[in-house]
Amino acid sequence: MLAPATAAKARVDHLMIAEMVAAGSRVLDVGCGDGALLQLLADTKNVDGRGIEVSRERVNACVARGLSVIQGDADRDLVDYPDGAFDYAILSLTIQATRQPKAVLEQLLRIGRSAIVSFPNFGHWQVRAKLAFTGRMPVTENLPDAWYVSPNAHLCTIKDFANLCRLVEARVERSVAFNAWGRRLGTWVPLTMHNLLGEKAVFMLTRKPAL
Amino acid sequence: MNTVNPREFVAASDVRLMEANSPSCAVLDVPASEPLRLDCGRLLAPFRVAYTTCGELNADKSNAILIAHALTMDQYVASRHPVTGKPGWWEPMVGPGKPIDTDRFFVVCANILGGCMGSTGPASINPQTGRPWGLDFPVITIGDMVDAQVRLIDHLGIGELFSVIGGSMGGMQVLEWAARHKERVFSAMPIATAAWHSSQNIAFHEVGRQAVMADPEWAQGRYLELGKDPRNGLAVARMAAHITYLSEEALHNKFGRNLQDRATKTFSFNADFQVESYLRHQGSTFVDRFDANSYLYITRAMDYFDLAAEYGDVLANAFKGTKTRFCVVSFTSDWLYPTRESREIVQALNAVAANVSFVEVESDKGHDAFLLDEPELFATVRGFLNAAADKRGLAPARGTH
Repeated sequence: MLAPATAAKARVDHLMIAEMVAAGSRVLDVGCGDGALLQLLADTKNVDGRGIEVSRERVNACVARGLSVIQGDADRDLVDYPDGAFDYAILSLTIQATRQPKAVLEQLLRIGRSAIVSFPNFGHWQVRAKLAFTGRMPVTENLPDAWYVSPNAHLCTIKDFANLCRLVEARVERSVAFNAWGRRLGTWVPLTMHNLLGEKAVFMLTRKPAL
Repeated sequence: MNTVNPREFVAASDVRLMEANSPSCAVLDVPASEPLRLDCGRLLAPFRVAYTTCGELNADKSNAILIAHALTMDQYVASRHPVTGKPGWWEPMVGPGKPIDTDRFFVVCANILGGCMGSTGPASINPQTGRPWGLDFPVITIGDMVDAQVRLIDHLGIGELFSVIGGSMGGMQVLEWAARHKERVFSAMPIATAAWHSSQNIAFHEVGRQAVMADPEWAQGRYLELGKDPRNGLAVARMAAHITYLSEEALHNKFGRNLQDRATKTFSFNADFQVESYLRHQGSTFVDRFDANSYLYITRAMDYFDLAAEYGDVLANAFKGTKTRFCVVSFTSDWLYPTRESREIVQALNAVAANVSFVEVESDKGHDAFLLDEPELFATVRGFLNAAADKRGLAPARGTH
């Protein structure tokens, strides 16, 4: 018997993404995991959702739940999609696990009319403190794995990600950071403070129109 | 009271011939006035499509699933086979409360054109000569099989099929349906299949055909009218093909190097090994229910299959504008239709931003896994179909299971 997907409490970044996404839109969730976000978007926004997931077991569980998900890899398979195929191309807590984050971000901006990216902030004060005071790779609630088993190959800070957005010429439509208690930081707080107090961040991006 | 079935008193091969020309299931007879234009350019008429159904077609005829069968299967998908007496070939999958739930869906399964269980094929009587078609039967394609099925679906008054599902050669038909008749396919499940037949697969088929044609009983394909039967050739073809349906691991686990009913090697060419005995059994039971010329024609149709070639060598073009919901399934140990080939289908579907799911099921059972008890496959089929049915607004299953 397949358990309903909504049993677990939704993640704050998922709720934020659901807030950003327009009802009835076409969505691609890259690295969709167990399909929790796709299910949330289907339930609350009636989206036409698709997912890509690298783990075969998770893909099969998603499809058995009725979600449209393929076994695939963000680094390899995004090139297959045509330009502007989706209203939103989403990468939730996945970019840090890709081999080529810049190339993946460029693909997202090509495939989706908007790209939404959430990621753990390596600039959070707890991370900085652990590195500074223990001299070892930080293991936190958000980054639970030791460095030698972690899937995270390319961790970044909010400032780093903002810089990458400039580099790929993306326009930041919205950016939101959440503190350790899942509370949204005020938009009046400067970027430097977001980078210090934000544990996770969600960015909504669009391509800058060609000149 | 038991009724006496006259077919029980005749040899299996005679039952086989009776089934080819007067099948014990429903048939659609298409008259000479409505010929089928074949891919080879010839017209075929009249012709017959033999089929079975299970479940009930709903009032607006929106719950029909067409199951397309594989090379050596037939329309007896969930009912007793009239020649072998065995249960339907996909009974774990199709039935009340099963993944393809006949309490919710109306299932149609037709014997393919070129087959030998009642649809027109080389073992049927050619109305122009009064003799079996034999090699006068036109070479048919997967597309021709689909076009014959279209006639049946029209006859049943079904506009849009809720789903077309099939494994192996059945999967090729699914892809052809989705390409040629986009607007009539709400959802599609191509399982353990490919968009073109690989060189290796053509090679295996050629071995099988040569085995049949090397049997003197084949008599240039005229064995039926001459009262001959190329059993040995067809059995060898089946034995070779059967190996490709399994995997090395499955063979090893099942037989290893075990000897068959003996303690030591006999220093002869008897079936010393269990695997030899098994293959011989597979060969001899197959020839009781299958026509040798049908085997030639159907393997040829598979060899000719290349969906991309029909669409300017770009597979994605075959699916351009599709609204069909796809679920592609492959198996890890299937070396006949490896996952790579399913992924090519998925890539083409992604290139047109189609709604596609893709599941690779872990199994050591090789290509045959799609016919066997694979819980992950069942969960995938059930989940995909029920989600699609909810989207289509179909009523939930009747009764409780």
